[in-house]
Amino acid sequence: MRKAQGSWEKRILKSLNSMCTELSIPLARKRPVGEQKELLNKWNEMGTDEPVLDLSLFRPVYAPKDFLEVLINLRNPNYENGDSHSFRTHLGLIQVPLKVKDIPELKEFFVELGLTAGQLGVDDSTQVPPELFENEHVRIGQKVLSEQDSAAAQQYIRQGSPTALRAELWALILNISSQPEDILYYEQLKTNVIQHDLLVDSLIYKDVKLTASNDDYYFVFEDYLYQVLLCFSRDTSVLGHFAYSSASPPKSYIRGKLGLEEYAVFYPPNGVIPFHGFSMYVAPLCFLYHEPSKLYQIFREMYVRFFFRLHSISSHPSGIVSLCLLFETLLQTYLPQLFYHLREIGAQPLRISFKWMVRAFSGYLATDQLLLLWDRILGYNSLEILAVLAAAVFAFRAVNLMEVTSLAAAEAVLADLSTLKVMPLLQIFLFATVT
Amino acid sequence: MSRVSVPCHVKGTVALQVGDVRTSQGRPGVLVIDVTFPSVAPFELQEIMFKNYYTAFLTIRVRQHTSTHTPAKWVTCLRDYCLMPDPHSEEGAQEYVSLFKHQMLCDMGKVLELRLILRQPSPLWLSFTVEELQIYQQGPKSPSMTFPKWLSHPVPCEQPAPLLEGLPDPSRVSSEVQQMWALTEMIRASHTSTRIGRFDVDGCYDLNLLSYT
Repeated sequence: MRKAQGSWEKRILKSLNSMCTELSIPLARKRPVGEQKELLNKWNEMGTDEPVLDLSLFRPVYAPKDFLEVLINLRNPNYENGDSHSFRTHLGLIQVPLKVKDIPELKEFFVELGLTAGQLGVDDSTQVPPELFENEHVRIGQKVLSEQDSAAAQQYIRQGSPTALRAELWALILNISSQPEDILYYEQLKTNVIQHDLLVDSLIYKDVKLTASNDDYYFVFEDYLYQVLLCFSRDTSVLGHFAYSSASPPKSYIRGKLGLEEYAVFYPPNGVIPFHGFSMYVAPLCFLYHEPSKLYQIFREMYVRFFFRLHSISSHPSGIVSLCLLFETLLQTYLPQLFYHLREIGAQPLRISFKWMVRAFSGYLATDQLLLLWDRILGYNSLEILAVLAAAVFAFRAVNLMEVTSLAAAEAVLADLSTLKVMPLLQIFLFATVT
Repeated sequence: MSRVSVPCHVKGTVALQVGDVRTSQGRPGVLVIDVTFPSVAPFELQEIMFKNYYTAFLTIRVRQHTSTHTPAKWVTCLRDYCLMPDPHSEEGAQEYVSLFKHQMLCDMGKVLELRLILRQPSPLWLSFTVEELQIYQQGPKSPSMTFPKWLSHPVPCEQPAPLLEGLPDPSRVSSEVQQMWALTEMIRASHTSTRIGRFDVDGCYDLNLLSYT
């Protein structure tokens, strides 16, 4: 796995280097003083600013489907792949035999989502009188917040978080408190942004313009996204997460000092090269936090705890490889006819659901549903729920999918998820399907 | 407790299989590795450490030195130790494992030879073995220190000397100095570990290209 991650990283570096040489733009340069002043003045409205460079020249370093191709080609050299029709080959795209949970194990893991427990997202709809569950749940939430008990908050949020309490609960679970030194740290990052101009900034601009600005829900937050993502690229404390990630940060040398270790630096300073859709990790958080330094801290913590696993190759149970395998296994085991049919028409289900999982469904679900889903990610400290939801969506639209005859038609059936209600889907798939 | 590595000679793996190895289709599911200690006298085994490579179950047999002239017998000291909870999946397949004396079924006092029996029942894997095998015996015990007499037999409190005129009370001074010293120690010990966050070298962040190494 580490070898695969290493060669994937090399590919990304080559792509970035070639973009650099083709466009003759330096990876990093110091901004002249005039430009610094101008940027400082326009800090709060970078969205309206016309970027100096023509953004059409840039292409994203990679898109999720490139990453999927790499994952599909992962092979264990010690694994017997054999001829294509023996019982050993996997029917799905992922060919690595990692251990994933099956439905009985998932039922036990997600026991608080069961049919007998109240859920926000199910039991707070208008038909259900609030005295049954919602009022009591809100009261418990307020108590948890007043006690400032992080572990209790994590347990509590498994049943969903009331909208009014969500921002504080997430901050409590992620251990974010806005101390003066945190605000100062953010201001220092802002100064770093103003002083140095990075090639990665243009990639961020392009990504925001392509994704979040085109989205009906998130375009209003465009300026916030720049403020968070540009500062994120300069934050060296993010380098700490490479200690438990299978990825490594890209290295470079100061101009003219190639090979000298004293002049080796990481590029970008936080070691993370953004890909197409990266800004969608930040966009939903803008609904909860309006103060830039707090928004920044929450995003950074969410990234180093969860989101980094969605775009690096590792055998971790919450890593993207395990999520893909979990999705395929669930579908094969519990909807074998659908899986077989889709495979026959050349529409491998993972090709459709991969982009949902890599973005943690951001931009695909309605925002209130997305936030309910991310509540559970925080509560269970695991991303496995993304794979379960993906399988549940396929199960929900199974009847329509059985009638399609091409990949394009299958994609059309699953193109619009904005009307889906996340919690009933998960409950039905996990607890109410006859196996 | 310190440990000392024992040089060992690991013989090649021998596959156990029913029938002829060359003509039968399947792969062996049982491998045997013999470990001898040619240059070392019979020793007390402390720890066995190795890196697993897709072995599911491990059994260890040991042959010990007996004082009488009876031939030494093979005794099983570890039976079917599970290295991979699910032999068909990757969990535990490439982990580093340490086995200690107290996990063994018998006393490991005078080890002559070890035999590791590896089992992998799943047909999915092309090969399996254990790598980087290291055997440790108990190191020398740390020398016991004899406490000086005045530590183990503290003298009873002496009467404080009478105060000289004009000088502050020595016990008060000493307690205050002690407090100050404790404060300086605290400050020295709690130097902040937060990084300044500089990513440039002397203010310069002019980069050419990314490096591939």
